[in-house]
Amino acid sequence: MLAPGTPQAADASALADISELEHVPRRYWGRYIATALIVVAVLFVLNAFARGKIEWAYVGRFLTAQSILAGLANTVVMSILAMALGVALGVVTAVMRVSSNPVLSWVARTYVWLFRGTPVILQLLLWFNLALVFPTIGIPGLWEVRTVDAMTPFLAALLGLGINQGAYTSEVVRAGLLSVDVGQYEAAKSIGMPRMLALRRVILPQAMRVIVPPIGNEFVGMIKLTSLASVIQYAEILHNAQNIYYANARVIELLIVAGIWYIVVVTVLSLLQSRVESYYARGAGRSTSRQ
Amino acid sequence: MNAPIDPIVRAVDVCKNFGEFQALKGITLDIPVGEVLCVIGPSGSGKSTFLRCINQLETVTGGALWVGGELVGYRRVGNRLHALSETEIARQRLKTGMVFQRFNLFPHMTVLENVVEGPLRVQRRARAEVVAEAQALLARVGLAHKGGAFPIELSGGQQQRVAIARALAMRPRLMLFDEPTSALDPELVGEVLSVMRDLATSGMTMVVVTHELGFARDVATRVMFMDKGEIVETGAPGQVLSQPQHPRTREFISAVRG
Repeated sequence: MLAPGTPQAADASALADISELEHVPRRYWGRYIATALIVVAVLFVLNAFARGKIEWAYVGRFLTAQSILAGLANTVVMSILAMALGVALGVVTAVMRVSSNPVLSWVARTYVWLFRGTPVILQLLLWFNLALVFPTIGIPGLWEVRTVDAMTPFLAALLGLGINQGAYTSEVVRAGLLSVDVGQYEAAKSIGMPRMLALRRVILPQAMRVIVPPIGNEFVGMIKLTSLASVIQYAEILHNAQNIYYANARVIELLIVAGIWYIVVVTVLSLLQSRVESYYARGAGRSTSRQ
Repeated sequence: MNAPIDPIVRAVDVCKNFGEFQALKGITLDIPVGEVLCVIGPSGSGKSTFLRCINQLETVTGGALWVGGELVGYRRVGNRLHALSETEIARQRLKTGMVFQRFNLFPHMTVLENVVEGPLRVQRRARAEVVAEAQALLARVGLAHKGGAFPIELSGGQQQRVAIARALAMRPRLMLFDEPTSALDPELVGEVLSVMRDLATSGMTMVVVTHELGFARDVATRVMFMDKGEIVETGAPGQVLSQPQHPRTREFISAVRG
């Protein structure tokens, strides 16, 4: 839509004028100032810790102490097992909750209501002290064990953390199921898929894209939640760190040791999470990872 | 039901209510094998609802519907009708293939995976045979080279052609099209209609809900005009589209032609 004659010539000469000029990028003075302030603050904190009453040699020595590493292993194992139990329960519960079967739906609702409604530390203590309610458990006449023998700190922690996690995870999974377009259910039905097959092959894989980030978040929460299991004598990393500082009184040093390991585990987990996310982003049009 | 060849679809006084709203007010219709029935009508006329009743995406609230000689959704035992289980409904759906307005391809699967999913997982046919047939179907809709692509990488017209291949892979006896070109950019409508035209030529029984009057005129064996949940007029395309008997049909056709 160029106008004929003179305006075009005027445009050309204006462009010739402007194309000679030097380009000066925008200056972000605020960023320089903020960076300087942050550096000062970090140096101040580092200096405080360096001068504070912390024996860094102890931190280095206990970082790889056998008891700390054993506790770390217990923390990681418990996190993975409790999370696996939680995700399994969560998926089953979410599918039950959105079922048209009112019995299944209400069982699911009641489970979520009960286990989200009480603190997890209370649930841990209840499982650990189950023997007070049921001195023995088993199938009457066939097989029986004393509950105090069966309900080890490991089992109590797994049940307490896993079942509690299932109640939260089911809501995450349900949100994922609801996020999938209703047209996908209809397309699955139209090629003759029964409900369960449609869920497994069509709906859940798409829901995963929405489910994975909050599940990753819950997993990170679980790693730290395992520290609550120290109240029922489960030998996770914080429990073992405490046992050491009860003996040598190096409280802060051992808390720092435990803190370092928590951060390491959470960092590894976050890296794994972004790989899982990009896997489930297949075909979704945008990648959630920033590569 | 004792005609020489049973119709593939028989609807007798089919009604469908959504709460207070009557979407279908007594549809009675036979669709013989080999027919290409184009259903036209204003939005809200019940044409999509009728289509969705045929493959039980909606359950009818009154009347009865037979597909392939089988009562839809119920089994008659003596004087009682027993509601079918979900598995039996899924089995009944295998007689029909459906193509949706918004394609509804599975976005997490490639084009080929979309097409083989039903034959492999639902019909449990042998993989080698299914893949060969899927590739032939993709070639038939002009997408032989797109098997490895994800739906998002395709244009709307290509996605809809994959959706047609996915439905055909189940070897249905009847194909249902629910406004298959309404979500497409105008320049992509032709390629989908051309695939549907080939399908009609090959003898497939088709029910097509559409606003493409040109397609209806050229391809349909019969055109049905619906309004407010009722069949207003049915007949040969030349008759319904060129010399509509009913004023409502005349009004609609002149409105669509603009």
